[in-house]
Amino acid sequence: MTIRHHLSDPLLVAYAAGTLSEAFNLVVATHLSLCDECRARAGAFEAVGGALLDAGNETAMDAQALDRALARIDGPVPAAKPEARAAGIFPAPLAGYVGGDLAAVRWQRVGGGVRQAILPTGKGAMARLVFIPAGKAVPDHGHQGIELTLVLQGAFADAAGRYDRGDVEISDDAVVHTPTALAGLDCICLTAAEAPLRFRGLIPRVAQRWLRI
Amino acid sequence: MTEGEGLPCFRAMAGMVGLRRKREGSLPGTEDETDWAGLLQRVRDQRDRVAYAALFRHFAPRVKGFLMRSGAGAALAEECAQDVMATLWQKAHLFDPARASVATWVFTIARNRQIDALRRARRVEPEALDWGPAPEPEPAEALALQEETALLGQALAALPGPQRRLIERAFYGDLSHSEIAAETGLPLGTIKSRIRLALEKLRRQMTGRDDERT
Repeated sequence: MTIRHHLSDPLLVAYAAGTLSEAFNLVVATHLSLCDECRARAGAFEAVGGALLDAGNETAMDAQALDRALARIDGPVPAAKPEARAAGIFPAPLAGYVGGDLAAVRWQRVGGGVRQAILPTGKGAMARLVFIPAGKAVPDHGHQGIELTLVLQGAFADAAGRYDRGDVEISDDAVVHTPTALAGLDCICLTAAEAPLRFRGLIPRVAQRWLRI
Repeated sequence: MTEGEGLPCFRAMAGMVGLRRKREGSLPGTEDETDWAGLLQRVRDQRDRVAYAALFRHFAPRVKGFLMRSGAGAALAEECAQDVMATLWQKAHLFDPARASVATWVFTIARNRQIDALRRARRVEPEALDWGPAPEPEPAEALALQEETALLGQALAALPGPQRRLIERAFYGDLSHSEIAAETGLPLGTIKSRIRLALEKLRRQMTGRDDERT
């Protein structure tokens, strides 16, 4: 698998710093599960965090801190959870949110054969899975802030290019785009958006209110 | 989520040898001649409490300072620093010196603990590549990464003040991703390439194991 569309440095810095919203963090961690290039870049930014911590201000610990720590490590070690490994099309971080692979997704119909499933994440941004039948398009939409779209199955194309499994599109609020799934496999994407999408046209806007998209 | 959970970037390296730095002069912001990776190896292999105490004295006050700078109160920062250092003991077998320095590893543990404690948010990590038996020892690769991380520390210290403060603000949580500059001005290419090589090797080992099982 060759990934051609990667995450940006600012997103990877924010990921390494731990300051992304939960929805964005989910998309980044899922992309990193598929993309060693971005995982290595994130690792380099984590090294910056390590260098800052090492060179940063020390604040004295309590007088008994070391004794407490030594007493604590004598205690029982919490059992480690076995590391998850993906069995289907969802990498482990996403499978954890969905509670399984594709079969576990509870889809809502959006119209035109397009389906979505909103994932439970914290405030500030929203994560969702989107299902686009092969050859179909999702309605024209722009957004406030940026939106990340990560392909998990199939492929889509829009004005910015072609996106296959593992590719991530970063679109900002200047972009109004109409992603169209390519022929062949139905396209399944994981998206995160900072603010509600803005659809052009009345009917999508009414639908938006009902579907929280 | 428990502290230190999801540190799949780091994993045991069998036969990790002492990564003693032999350099002249001292590095800004680091205690030269102090072999943190070697001490952590002693914690891992021999459950060495003296080595653990040395790591604690160096890193615990730094973790506490970092957390307070990120907005934690003194009492919470103290507790979190204790948790981070306990994780260091419990998960020493997950540390991979080919992919991170001890300071970087401690940073990621502290970051995750901070998200749990301060933001009470859920944070997932990328899929682990570290399942299965420990991989082959590669002391040269580990040493190279530790050396390059030391150089990164020097470069960070040499950055002009305003540029360095922007990086600090990003890592202390004062900037959103849309406010973060695309360029850090730091030499990160070699570190990235080293981590990339280590990841490729892990992937090959995983594929090899899959082949053996089928």
